[in-house]
Amino acid sequence: MTVIVVVLMVVFGIAGWWLSQQRLMSRPWLETGSVSAYPGTESGPMPMAKVGLGVFLAVVGCLFALFTSAYSMRMEYADWSSMPVPPLLWINTGILLLSSVALQCALMAARNGHTDLVRLGLVTGGLTSIAFLIGQVVVWRELEATGYFLTANPANSFFYLITGMHGLHILGGLGGLARTSARAWNGTTPQAKLTLSVELCAMYWHFLLVVWLALFIVLAGWAESFIGICRQLLT
Amino acid sequence: MVDVTPGAIDGIAPAEIPEMDLYHPHSWWTKYVFSQDAKVIAIQYSGTAIAIGMVALVLSWLMRLQLGFPGTFDFITPEAYYQFITMHGMIMVIYLLTALFLGGFGNYLIPLMVGARDMVFPYANMLSYWIYLLAVLVLVASFFAPGGPTGAGWTLYPPQAIMTGTPGGQDFGIILMLVSLILFVIGFTMGGLNYVVTVLQARTRGMTLMRLPLTVWGIFTATVMALLAFPALLVACIMMLFDRLLGTSFFMPAIVELGTQLQTNGGSPILFQHLFWFFGHPEVYIVALPAFGIVSDLISTHARKNIFGYRMMVWAIVGIGALSFVVWAHHMYVSGMDPYFGFFFATTTLIIAVPTAIKVYNWILTLWRGDIHLTIPMLFALAFIVTFVNGGLTGLFLGNVVVDVPLSDTMFVVAHFHMVMGVAPITVIFGAIYHWYPKITGRMLNQALGQFHFWVTFVGAYLIFFPMHYVGLMGVPRRYSELGDMALMTDSAHDLNAFISIMAFIVGFAQLVFLFNLIWSIRHGKEAGSNPWRATTLEWQTEHTPPRHGNFGKELPIVYRWAYDYSVPGAKEDFIAQNDPGEYGISGEHA
Repeated sequence: MTVIVVVLMVVFGIAGWWLSQQRLMSRPWLETGSVSAYPGTESGPMPMAKVGLGVFLAVVGCLFALFTSAYSMRMEYADWSSMPVPPLLWINTGILLLSSVALQCALMAARNGHTDLVRLGLVTGGLTSIAFLIGQVVVWRELEATGYFLTANPANSFFYLITGMHGLHILGGLGGLARTSARAWNGTTPQAKLTLSVELCAMYWHFLLVVWLALFIVLAGWAESFIGICRQLLT
Repeated sequence: MVDVTPGAIDGIAPAEIPEMDLYHPHSWWTKYVFSQDAKVIAIQYSGTAIAIGMVALVLSWLMRLQLGFPGTFDFITPEAYYQFITMHGMIMVIYLLTALFLGGFGNYLIPLMVGARDMVFPYANMLSYWIYLLAVLVLVASFFAPGGPTGAGWTLYPPQAIMTGTPGGQDFGIILMLVSLILFVIGFTMGGLNYVVTVLQARTRGMTLMRLPLTVWGIFTATVMALLAFPALLVACIMMLFDRLLGTSFFMPAIVELGTQLQTNGGSPILFQHLFWFFGHPEVYIVALPAFGIVSDLISTHARKNIFGYRMMVWAIVGIGALSFVVWAHHMYVSGMDPYFGFFFATTTLIIAVPTAIKVYNWILTLWRGDIHLTIPMLFALAFIVTFVNGGLTGLFLGNVVVDVPLSDTMFVVAHFHMVMGVAPITVIFGAIYHWYPKITGRMLNQALGQFHFWVTFVGAYLIFFPMHYVGLMGVPRRYSELGDMALMTDSAHDLNAFISIMAFIVGFAQLVFLFNLIWSIRHGKEAGSNPWRATTLEWQTEHTPPRHGNFGKELPIVYRWAYDYSVPGAKEDFIAQNDPGEYGISGEHA
């Protein structure tokens, strides 16, 4: 459960930092009157959707941290035999990186008001994400063809489960991306709203990319050797 | 510390707050059924939770019939008994308490108390309720599935949960249970995002965090915890579903069942326990923190006195919320863990008693020399304090490894968690319903019926659960449908069990009186007016009672003071509303 505890510490750290700005030491029973004497203690200016997505990403982060925790605990049992890393995963990782870059370009274009580039970025991001999903399915089929079935070993079970969950999250993101694209195509959406919409997509994709990189490191077994090196350094 | 000069109020136009784009419903369907108004959603949540809670109440009666009068009722087979305890526990903890506190009170009170027009994502809020309803329906469906509902115990420990010997293990019972839980978590996440972001981003002008009523603090912190803890339940459920349906070995060790070797191999039931309790222990506080918050407001309002140590109360809520994530393994002392590991968790468990004790002292000091009105909400709030202290003390016993090991899996544990997690939060729910019902319907609940309901519930609950501690100390194990002629079952234990069962029936019937009161008073209750308890918080200052869609009139209220200005010396009345600019700057004895 180390992984989830560490992730929670990070979440609590952010929450604690934010709370520390909220004058939790004040004496509200003495402070009657207008609030304008205390800047920064009211609801912030950040768009609600962005705050909402931020909280949601914390939840998603916990979800994958828990999968990783379960993975590392199950790994210590005798019947575990690690899987090889299918080379295709490297290509998929590159494709996911591309879609994240495309959405970042779309965001910058939206900020500068280049609607054509926004559309291009959104479509590229969407298509590369679909390519990533297809790539993951191909990886699954390859593994099955070489005998790494779901039930053959817990390492395989975890591989299918975790990549599947990550894929589901990308799939859900594609729904949001489709809505944003619809906004980008009908010209009536105000620029600010479109920019926010693209920004949320980009945020979500960057987060899922980071999650994927972390999962890739864990699934490929490098995390293990990394921790091993850390242990050696400590002892 | 900066103090504001009393009266120095620079009027800021409320128009600076952007009006939320409220979706105003046009048809009956979108107004009352597929409503996006948090208040309607709150009532839908509460109604559904109470309905499924009644099912769990009936299940508890059936269990008590078996325990009190073993062998008398043929239809309660051992399998049926296991199904009753499992469904009773799961429904009460998740589908009643969590849904009612967060989905019910959270939806109704958060927007009103922070001065918002609605939740910030009304559509997701509506979906949240409908997914919750679907989760409840899936759960109910398992009663009618072949093989009946699961009988794995509410903790659903594998491997037994998905094996042939357990009711529902190889039928639909466990599958429907897991699917229902997965749906619940998804639905809750949608609602939870709403509650958190509404508190963060939709507070009205002047409503700083330190001016929030403690009810909002409690629900807010509990929601954050639930958002972080429920994924653990989701992960556990998904993995068990894989084990059950696809034959993986996440949790399933190598097992010979009825002479045949199962294909699973090497899995770890302990892994499930870690995941389950990583959710399960915060869940205790997900239920307790809203109760803490609500009870603070009830006591302050009905004792006409400001809450003692508001800052401490806030810090304690946040502290308890954070600490509750590092105590989960105290539910697993008997799982064969490393004793040092157990020692660590015993220590954190005892540490969490410190902020909790601070809260109890502050409640008592709030009552001290207050102008106590023994209204029904106040009676329930007082009952909560007593019950929570009682249940918490046995928690200190069980939190220590050496005491827990002999008491583990006895009725003592059952009595402990029913006191602390059953009776205590339920008394707060009752108190809160009596307190806010006038705002929700515009009418008071009937006093006489309320008095009857309170005294029977309070005294009855003690007559049920105090003897149960004793039965547990005698060594009577939990989860046994029948003990027969075991030596430890003395005659007195049998008599006590019968007594407990009779009391359970009486207390259960008192709840029917309460339900009747809820329905009858909608039409026939005394007119309440807009602020019958003369309370300070914003929900009592709305233009209309019950509040309409949009909550407040044309302009949102501006907040000038904290939520606890009761009995301020020199004030016209014995309370000053939060949105009253007033001229009396400093309140209370702290100055």
